[in-house]
Amino acid sequence: MNTTFPHLLIQHARSRPEDPALREKEYGIWQSWSWKRALDEVRWLAAGLASLGFAPGHNLAIVGDNRPHLYLMFLAVQSLRGVPVPMYQDAVAAEMAFVLQDAEVNYVFAENQEQVDKMLELRASVPGLTHIIYDDPRGMRNYTDPGLISVDELMALGRKHDELHPQLFEQRVAQGRPDDVAVILYTSGTTGRPKGVCQTHASFIGAAQGGVQTDGLSDSDNVLSYLPPAWVGDFLFSTAQWMVAGFTINCPESAETVAIDMREIGPTYYFAPPRVFEGMLTSVSIRMEDAARSKQWLHHKFMAVAQRVGADILDGKPVPLGDRLMYGLGKLLVYGPLKNAMGLSRIRVAYTAGAAIGPDLFKFFRSIGVNLKQLYGQTETCAYVCIQQNGHVKLSSVGQAAPGIELKIADNGEVLVRGVSVLKEYYKRPDATAEVMDAEGFFHTGDAGVLDHDGHLRIIDRAKDVGKMAGGAMFAPNYIENKLKFFPQIKEAVCFGHEKDKVCAFVNIDFEAVGNWAERQGLPYAGYVDLAAKPEVLKMMAECVEKVNADLASEEGMEDTQVARFLVLHKELDPDDDELTRTRKVRRGFIAEKYGVLIEALYDGRTEQFIETAVKFEDGRTGKVSAQLKILEAKTFPPVRSAA
Amino acid sequence: MNAATTTENAAAMADSALAEAPLSTKSIGEVILDVQNISLRFGGVKALTDISFDVREHEIRSIIGPNGAGKSSMLNCINGVYTPSEGSITFRGKTFSHMNSRQVAEMGVARTFQNLALFKGMSVLDNIMSGRNLKIKSNLFLQALRWGPAEREEIRHREFVERIIDFLEIQAHRKTPVGQLPYGLQKRVDLGRALAMEPQVLLLDEPMAGMNVEEKQDMSRFILDVNDEFGATIVLIEHDMGVVMDISDRVVVLDYGRKIGDGTPDEVRNNEDVISAYLGTSH
Repeated sequence: MNTTFPHLLIQHARSRPEDPALREKEYGIWQSWSWKRALDEVRWLAAGLASLGFAPGHNLAIVGDNRPHLYLMFLAVQSLRGVPVPMYQDAVAAEMAFVLQDAEVNYVFAENQEQVDKMLELRASVPGLTHIIYDDPRGMRNYTDPGLISVDELMALGRKHDELHPQLFEQRVAQGRPDDVAVILYTSGTTGRPKGVCQTHASFIGAAQGGVQTDGLSDSDNVLSYLPPAWVGDFLFSTAQWMVAGFTINCPESAETVAIDMREIGPTYYFAPPRVFEGMLTSVSIRMEDAARSKQWLHHKFMAVAQRVGADILDGKPVPLGDRLMYGLGKLLVYGPLKNAMGLSRIRVAYTAGAAIGPDLFKFFRSIGVNLKQLYGQTETCAYVCIQQNGHVKLSSVGQAAPGIELKIADNGEVLVRGVSVLKEYYKRPDATAEVMDAEGFFHTGDAGVLDHDGHLRIIDRAKDVGKMAGGAMFAPNYIENKLKFFPQIKEAVCFGHEKDKVCAFVNIDFEAVGNWAERQGLPYAGYVDLAAKPEVLKMMAECVEKVNADLASEEGMEDTQVARFLVLHKELDPDDDELTRTRKVRRGFIAEKYGVLIEALYDGRTEQFIETAVKFEDGRTGKVSAQLKILEAKTFPPVRSAA
Repeated sequence: MNAATTTENAAAMADSALAEAPLSTKSIGEVILDVQNISLRFGGVKALTDISFDVREHEIRSIIGPNGAGKSSMLNCINGVYTPSEGSITFRGKTFSHMNSRQVAEMGVARTFQNLALFKGMSVLDNIMSGRNLKIKSNLFLQALRWGPAEREEIRHREFVERIIDFLEIQAHRKTPVGQLPYGLQKRVDLGRALAMEPQVLLLDEPMAGMNVEEKQDMSRFILDVNDEFGATIVLIEHDMGVVMDISDRVVVLDYGRKIGDGTPDEVRNNEDVISAYLGTSH
């Protein structure tokens, strides 16, 4: 582990200069960067930055979609012993201001005109923003603002600088230490200001090596890099493991073409949050409903076989010969074409993380032979704490402690982690660092969990969200919300119940799934607000809630937290309105305050409530939506005691 | 009800955003197209009477007017579809009294259509490729075999078309049959096909008709970018006054086949004749 990312890049460029390091689809064709070209461009970018005065210890903010130059910029900055600070590209300018100020950023890599505009807008409040480097020249012709430079110009500057100071790059890279900070990732923060998580080269390389060894990743693997570069998961998969394993990363043509690009590349290793897998399954189900009858019959027939034995075959467990033959036939007729349609034909291993995955969803992918596994971690642990090992996949757990990681459950149920991937510190926040790190070096994750007898970790909820009902039962809101969200018709859910006598919930419909259903039913609707208030839709939501209640009734300790009353919100919860974090986690406190009247209405027995809320459009302007919301009662069930 | 309120708000806001869009700092050149005393008659109907105006290089020149004012007829005259009964059109110093649409296309004038004239069953890519028709030099036989020089040429043209697809941000629909696309995207493909001709002058016939606010905003941005990045001169017919006033350099106003105003958007906005033509009063 005694190495840094720029060192690894140099090694790849030396040992196999002509192999593809990254690809990007542009002008309809996949364009490749060899390892040699990648290193050359990193060298020029670094020299260009140096000639602009970028020095060791400086931070450079990075914002944009997944583009080769964006990934090369990470390495160029690290080569100079500077620190890249990626930001979410869909954040509005005001949200970026905090990060830019906190990290004292003078240099920004902004991918395109949209991002450059945000940076120029922020110059008034962040005067330190002296240099803005942009990648895509589209629309930039008439910009004359000082300090604006294109990547091509920067590389041209760099080539000249490199000729004058040919030793500079090697010298700086040689000075780099494994315990230098490699990246600062700002946590979206469900509460309070975002904090900059400082991770060293050693941590991320350690985390990447653990994953590479577990799954035997090699330089022949292919990965599609399409997740937000500011997310810890993308840094782990598209930078850290890229450098450690030396595989090829592929950048999609645009955000809309990801599904098409995925089919063309056929990645062998894939990482996605559950909602992406959910999207795939939804699109398959919708298209299946449009298919010819014979195809539908075939699909149902063989999916039943897959449900029965698919996962066991994947895990190498014994399966009767007849089933095995049927599964083989199904592979030929159904599973293979299905995987091909989703771009998963060549997948050796796929991971999901970031949120809980629904049991049906997880089983679906495993049953058709996609080796989908879960991993568990957070920004503070390089997304590397637990990893499910091949053949030891349990749905309810996120796996055993990953290599190099030590796990412990605190007395209050909180998961504690020590080991290779734990953060160095929060940037300029010793107080916050001290809060999460104890004297023995354990990081307090803030998640409540249970370790079973073979060391598998089961996550229940955020420790701080776990409350108590007035009746004394444990109240784990996330646990219930996840059960609700596993229904494809429900996009988001928020549960209330701490110190109350019953559990109540807000539910968001999934506009695509419910809209599609409504069309099939011949149910006309005018838009989101209208659809969410249709009596038919409310009835469907009530059925979902009641199924969850039945489920909860059968679980020990959960029977008292069945959802008694709920309502269907008139607008989608949205990060732009601060209701969700950028990684789509519910901001409970904020929602409780904003929708206070609705919560009151849920608890004082009203059957209807008027609400008007401000909404922010994608371009930052605001408007209002209002609605008269119906409040519904859900059936609850008596606890089912299993006869032990 | 609520949904409607949101849309209205959005519409009002989008308008103000258009108004704030900065005007580009391009340099407007010499007169490239000069229309002198054009009249057009269909039997007893006088569609155009004695119209004169000019278009300068790199500008966005709009033609506006109420329904039936003669806007499309004017465009069809420039385009060579109609032959004017009187008057002349001078393009790059050459004067014509009549010409056919192929000649016009060869001289570098491209157009889009009010009611889309795309090949519905063909893909986006093929539709835009068809705009390269005039530029393709290899013979039909070689093209059919896709062999030798024909193949090299096709690759060259494909590259150009791909740049347009990238520019118009329709990569996700490259292989989709045009008929399956929503209307706003079809309009974009129509623009793409015109761009494939590498036009010096681009005639746009109501590029924003039937679009929603967001699509209009996108289209305005594309028109400004085409003007800016491709350096094309643009002659635009449009109904939406907000759009016209925001993106045009100069505006011609027609009413019942006559020119009643000509000048910068501000001049036109304050012109008494224009106000009465649009509002129907003389105050």
